Amino acid sequence: MLDDLDRIGPVLVLAAVAALIIVWGFLPAVRPLPAARGRALVLFALLGPAGAALWALSLLARDVAGFAFADSVVLDDFSLFFYFLFAAVAAAVILASESYARRFGEYEPEYYALLLFATASMLLLATSRDLILIFVALELTSISQYILAALRKDDRSTEAGVKYLLLGAVASAVILYGMTFLFGLTGTTRLVAPAGEPSIASVIAERGDAMGEGLILAVVFLIGGLGFKMAVVPFQMWAPDVYEGAPAPVAAFLSVASKAAAFAVVMRIFFEGLPDATVRGDWSDVFAVVAALSMTFGNLLALVQTDIKRLLGYSSIAQAGYFMVGLAAVGGAGGLGLGASGVLFFIAAYAFTNLAAFIVVIAVADRGGSSAIDAYAGLARRAPLLAAALALALVSLTGLPPTAGFVAKLYIFDAAVDSDLVWLVVVAVLNSVVSAFYYLRVAGIMFLREPASDERIATAAGLKLALAVAAAGVLAAGLLPSPLLDAARDAAAVFGDSPGNAASR
Amino acid sequence: MLSLLIFLPVAGAAVVLLLPGRFARRSGAVALAFSLAELAAALALFARFEQDETALQFVERRAWIDVPSFDVQYLVGVDGLSATLILLTGLLFVVAALVSWKVTLRPRAYFAWLLALETAVVGVFAAQDLILFFLFWELELVPMFFLISIWGTGRKEYAAMKFLLFTLSGSALMLVGFLVLGFAAGTFDMVALAGIEIAGAALPLQAVFLLILAAFAVKLPVVPLHTWLPDAHTEAPTAVSVILAGVLLKMGGYGLIRILLGILPEQFADFDVYLAALAALSVIYGAVLTMRQSDLKRLVAYSSVSHMGYVLLGVSAGAALDGAGRVALTGAALQMFTHGTITALLFVMVGLVYERTHTREIGDLRGLAHVMPIAATVFTIAGFAALGLPTMSGFVAELLVFLGSFDPFPAATIVAVTGILLAAGYILWTLQRVLFGPPSPAWSALSDTTEWWEQVSMAALIAAIIAVGIYPATVVDVLENGVERTLGL
Repeated sequence: MLDDLDRIGPVLVLAAVAALIIVWGFLPAVRPLPAARGRALVLFALLGPAGAALWALSLLARDVAGFAFADSVVLDDFSLFFYFLFAAVAAAVILASESYARRFGEYEPEYYALLLFATASMLLLATSRDLILIFVALELTSISQYILAALRKDDRSTEAGVKYLLLGAVASAVILYGMTFLFGLTGTTRLVAPAGEPSIASVIAERGDAMGEGLILAVVFLIGGLGFKMAVVPFQMWAPDVYEGAPAPVAAFLSVASKAAAFAVVMRIFFEGLPDATVRGDWSDVFAVVAALSMTFGNLLALVQTDIKRLLGYSSIAQAGYFMVGLAAVGGAGGLGLGASGVLFFIAAYAFTNLAAFIVVIAVADRGGSSAIDAYAGLARRAPLLAAALALALVSLTGLPPTAGFVAKLYIFDAAVDSDLVWLVVVAVLNSVVSAFYYLRVAGIMFLREPASDERIATAAGLKLALAVAAAGVLAAGLLPSPLLDAARDAAAVFGDSPGNAASR
Repeated sequence: MLSLLIFLPVAGAAVVLLLPGRFARRSGAVALAFSLAELAAALALFARFEQDETALQFVERRAWIDVPSFDVQYLVGVDGLSATLILLTGLLFVVAALVSWKVTLRPRAYFAWLLALETAVVGVFAAQDLILFFLFWELELVPMFFLISIWGTGRKEYAAMKFLLFTLSGSALMLVGFLVLGFAAGTFDMVALAGIEIAGAALPLQAVFLLILAAFAVKLPVVPLHTWLPDAHTEAPTAVSVILAGVLLKMGGYGLIRILLGILPEQFADFDVYLAALAALSVIYGAVLTMRQSDLKRLVAYSSVSHMGYVLLGVSAGAALDGAGRVALTGAALQMFTHGTITALLFVMVGLVYERTHTREIGDLRGLAHVMPIAATVFTIAGFAALGLPTMSGFVAELLVFLGSFDPFPAATIVAVTGILLAAGYILWTLQRVLFGPPSPAWSALSDTTEWWEQVSMAALIAAIIAVGIYPATVVDVLENGVERTLGL
């Protein structure tokens, strides 16, 4: 039992810190206990991701990978990859929230607590290998995020929260429906199990041919519901509205962590539970089409946006389309591993990049600035470092060197060519050209237009630190990608086919 | 040695950016110092280059992105073609730093972008791995976008975006081609790719050829993909025009030779007739459009379209004749070098005139020779060089192209030769309208060239033009090393 708890230790740390914050919020401010707000709260909340990361480091050092909780949880390199990723994203969002979160008033402690609960459940999601646990973790993530989206309690924020809740609930139901099909067909909820015991993967491998349309239906429902969580076309319509209405740090969190969690669970379910040849071709075809649609619609709609949060919302739909290229690229010599490592690297690169972009949005919003793109006119004069960081992020989103986005696209296109998806790569690269137009237009506005006022934009120390780390990550993953690529490949190796197999081509 | 050449400018960019605010006005001097050091290094490379060596020289090879299926190396090296173009790059960036001497708008950022651009260009000419080549190729876009859109004139944002989207469309398709090629061959190493028979690609190799050609045809540019060029040139600051016409277009020609002719010669031969026809079309269409321009900068820009047509003609002939295309290919390579120096000088002169008169409208200019005799003389020299007057470098290059391409493509060559007549027409006509005739009272108070930086840049370019014109062997012998390597002689 203790071994089991040890393996989800990072989840427990995050949840414990979150619970303590809620309690602290109720306590009166008596010396030596400071009031639960401002910097003291930020520093305490940081204990969550910091503790989780340290625990994950110790798990890595002690090499204790393996199953836990009756095989429903597995600690492997894939889980560890996401432990670190989510902890880093949560830390960055918390650091960048200090001054923005003041406007939540009495709900300031709840903001941090919900953020940590959402993070904890994402960690759990990445490490679950059982449909029931996956669904529970998915719901815990979603519910925390519904409340976060509505936390500003003005019209826009409430609308965002309600819209997210209603559509999210439908999506959850669809996912659950798909899961029941899988359970009905295979008689088990475990995706993978130790040798000799039944699991979804092993049952489908044995008699998948006889399952017929039921299996296809399961796949369709799962893709439909999870497509909502990933915010890919045609399940994307909530994303721009929610990002626009939600508080800026919450939008940052949703666009990075929530999306990454959705891809983590998709990889768990499809790469571990449904890798068998009877269905692999079916779902990878669907992913290829969804990828092409997401990239194309996301980019075309981003072209006409006038609000930076909406623009980043549509851009995140398009970026999810690029991730999906990796999900579809499972038919080549590199097998599941090559596509998966591409997705993982892309997610990490996108996390650095989008965080950098959103932290700048938070900084501007902090000063009461609007999120209209016109408000970014002359940002280079008012806040040169913010403008430079946003420009770097936009260059990375476009996929130009020397940034993380360049290597990520290169790698994922490579995986797609390996799977003979040349048409998809052509769609993807043409989309990059379209995206260059709106990304670099924003960069141009920051550097070329006259600012409405010459007032400098001051930024808090925590926000600066988070921004510096994110920007450094964008450059480091672009110039020296090998460490991150190795980590992504190790994590993807849990799906069996290692990219090393490609040597046999 | 070669890595130093590639990264020295970007180190200079970092130094410029880190200059304290009160030294910002000195960033031009710092940038000039770095570009001079780069030129010195490029000259050293050129001097130490062994012409008789058939393998790549100054090779550096390091594992970079080390994934089994996707081994991207940091692999750089030069042959005669690369060495010559790197020398041209070094020279023109010194000129660019000189003619930017008076930039006062955010000088640190300006010179940092300029130096970063130099790293990208040198990297393109030195890279011997397809992905590394692509990286440097894309790296050039961001500095150019900002240089045009911030320091340009007129519709600068439009011009910068158009430049970016055209180039990016081409290079996006090129990337697909590279990936398909790399996968079929199992390597991205350009030397290895040139030496093996590629089979089993995901697309027919003809399609791969066309995908890659898209990038180079936009860059060169080939009619009808040239429309970004006049806009970019017209709105760009003088130094950026110098670089754009002088070296960036050469990246297109270099890619044609190094990658398409080097790696896919048979597919090149499949399309050579069409490309020769497009080349002739570019020459004539470019020249006709040049005649119709009333804006000096646009005029020089369109003349570049016409002149780059000769490069495509020469390379096509090189592909058609297989081993025997040496003369034409040498001509094309030399044309890249000479057009770089000549057009750079023309843009320097246009910039000089514009800075004094604040107009580029040919109709407003008249009789400038009376008030600025030195500038008028240099302008005339540049014009004569551009129309291919013997003893100047343009003549040798065009002659070699025609000699080499007449045999495989007589019709295209005859058509292209008439481009020479048109060039003589538009250049002499322009010189006559701008420099000669009765002096206009509006320009009577203008000063002749007085600034040291103008004079140094003019002198350097004239020296390069005449030296190569009188004794082409200095450059041609080295270029032939690259040509022979490409043709496998």
